[in-house]
Amino acid sequence: MTVVPDTPAPPFRLPRPIRLIGGTALSLAITILGLLLVTFIIGRVVPIDPVLAIIGERATTEQYEATRIALGLDEPMWKQFAIYVGDAVQGDLGQSLRTRREVSEDIIRYFPATLELATIATLFGVLVGVPAGVLAATRPGTWVDQIVRIVGLMGYSMPVFWLGLLALLIFYGILGWVGGPGRLDAGFSMMFELDVPQRTGMILIDTALAGEWAMFRNALSHIVLPSAVLGYTSMAYISRMTRSFMMNELGQEYITTARVKGMPEWRVVWVHALKNVMVPLITVIALSYAYLLEGSVLTETIFAWPGLGSYITDALFAADMPAVLGGTVVVGVVFVTLNMASDLLYRLVDPRAR
Amino acid sequence: MTLLSVKNLRVTFDTEAGKVEAVRGVSFSLGRERLGIVGESGSGKTMTGRSVLRLIRPPGRIEAEEMRFDGIDLMAASERQMRALRGQRIAMVMQDPKYSLNPVMKIGAQLTEGLRLRDGMSAKAARLKAIEALEAVQIRGPERVMEAYPHELSGGMGQRVMIAMMLIPNPDLLIADEPTSALDVTVQAEVLSILDGLVRDRGMGLIFISHDLRLVGRFCDRVLVMYKGRVVEELEAKNLMNATHPYTQGLLNCLPRIGGNRSPLPGLDRAAEWAE
Ligand SMILES: Nc1ncnc2c1ncn2[C@@H]1O[C@H](COP(=O)(O)OP(=O)(O)OP(=O)(O)O)[C@@H](O)[C@H]1O
Ligand SMILES: [Mg+2]
Repeated sequence: MTVVPDTPAPPFRLPRPIRLIGGTALSLAITILGLLLVTFIIGRVVPIDPVLAIIGERATTEQYEATRIALGLDEPMWKQFAIYVGDAVQGDLGQSLRTRREVSEDIIRYFPATLELATIATLFGVLVGVPAGVLAATRPGTWVDQIVRIVGLMGYSMPVFWLGLLALLIFYGILGWVGGPGRLDAGFSMMFELDVPQRTGMILIDTALAGEWAMFRNALSHIVLPSAVLGYTSMAYISRMTRSFMMNELGQEYITTARVKGMPEWRVVWVHALKNVMVPLITVIALSYAYLLEGSVLTETIFAWPGLGSYITDALFAADMPAVLGGTVVVGVVFVTLNMASDLLYRLVDPRAR
Repeated sequence: MTLLSVKNLRVTFDTEAGKVEAVRGVSFSLGRERLGIVGESGSGKTMTGRSVLRLIRPPGRIEAEEMRFDGIDLMAASERQMRALRGQRIAMVMQDPKYSLNPVMKIGAQLTEGLRLRDGMSAKAARLKAIEALEAVQIRGPERVMEAYPHELSGGMGQRVMIAMMLIPNPDLLIADEPTSALDVTVQAEVLSILDGLVRDRGMGLIFISHDLRLVGRFCDRVLVMYKGRVVEELEAKNLMNATHPYTQGLLNCLPRIGGNRSPLPGLDRAAEWAE
């Protein structure tokens, strides 16, 4: 008699969304740990004595020793790293030598400005770049395609500072259509600091929440130019990628099937093909967003935009290691988080990747 | 009565490497009957079928002395008129369902979009009609299939979905490009009998493209044998097994014979003059 083995009970498995998010969180944690390790090592390797940086050259040996112990520098390396990670997880990135504030506090002040700018720039890049890429792909070789190509090429090759200065000169200096450098006019700037509850640090959102519409409009007139300059670059990238993805999808058999069914051309392109284009495009958009979130130093400098890019650069020139490393950690975390988010979104859009 | 007449059809691709003539002067006419097209891979069967829908993409070009469907001059018709014919009066079962279904759209959405968009049917009515169409091609659990994505279906299942999709609008002419190659024998018989019923009862015209000479010989009324973009022989299907043209005989010799001797399959003879 043959014994038919029972099929084993299926192993217990968590529901898919939980597994997905759990797995993502785990790899996020591992990546951030690696990032902290790198900044930790850099902090030990650079020839800047962290003790001297705080107490100055003229301190006594006793003072030096006391500070060294206070900073935990007498502990073994692995313990120092553990403390560093523990602090970082609790949001303690050390004290800035330059501003004398907590680095995390500084970042909470500077990052929202970058976030606001990068978000609007990316929105601009997507809302203009995707349709432009689609139009170019559906009319290859025509004047529409040429215009999209040339405008895109200019976005690649024009130096940002030149573009920014030119835009400021024309739209602010000559035409007076938009606000100048800074996030607000000087008068509003004071009012914002004092009267508006800063829930997010993003002026457009905070003023809207507070119903301060005059200030909102002013902030908008200030952000238009820098976000357009930044968005131009990302638009150039997004439209070029959209065009090439779209050309590829339009060559697929399922497109012919849609036409066989008598679907109108707009539906073939903007529904059948674009849904497939979105799959690789998500990664492209996330990448260009992440790039902008690091803070574009040039744009921030030209438009006197108090963002993360200028914060880190200023810290670098002042040899303010805690601020540089803290800023780097934040940029890294933003980058990794965005990557994970785009990964999740990707799985949502592409049923084959689930 | 003639439903479709094609005279001297040519499909040319202007590629960088030069001209590729995929179809070179094909003529045939079709009544409310089953016309088979056979021929080796690359002989131009698919391109001939697509030409009728005018769905050859650039750099491909269609030329014909005449291409007339039910009194409509297909060569002169506007793109708008063509769109009204496609998926309504002329449909085409696409060759490879693996690539011919939209990978990121649910089967249900792909089946119902024609009904919803063109016929303005409600979501519910369209859904019922789609489920009915799936049941007709022997799909069990059609509700589940409606919710599936193409990559979740087997080859045979995809093929049946494709057939269902193209039969939903009740076309007057169906071009079926290898519609049953991935189906097992019983399902294949079932699908063929559906197609047969449509030709017989509704007077649909059927162009049946296949590699399977035995199947075409049994199922069709007439057969075109294609080689390098030309029709080398046109004959009654019942005479296919006794074809005299050496190319057709070559194709027949390639068929494995059940219970026959196990000598290696003979190579296919290709004489240049058949292509002239
Ligand atoms: N985009 C293209 N550019 C150049 N040549 C092409 C293109 N598309 C098809 N062809 C040519 O058209 C010819 C006929 O192709 P077709 O798809 O009609 O063959 P088929 O008989 O359907 O073959 P199969 O049995 O493999 O499906 C092929 O030889 C191919 O090289
Ligand atoms: Mg083919």
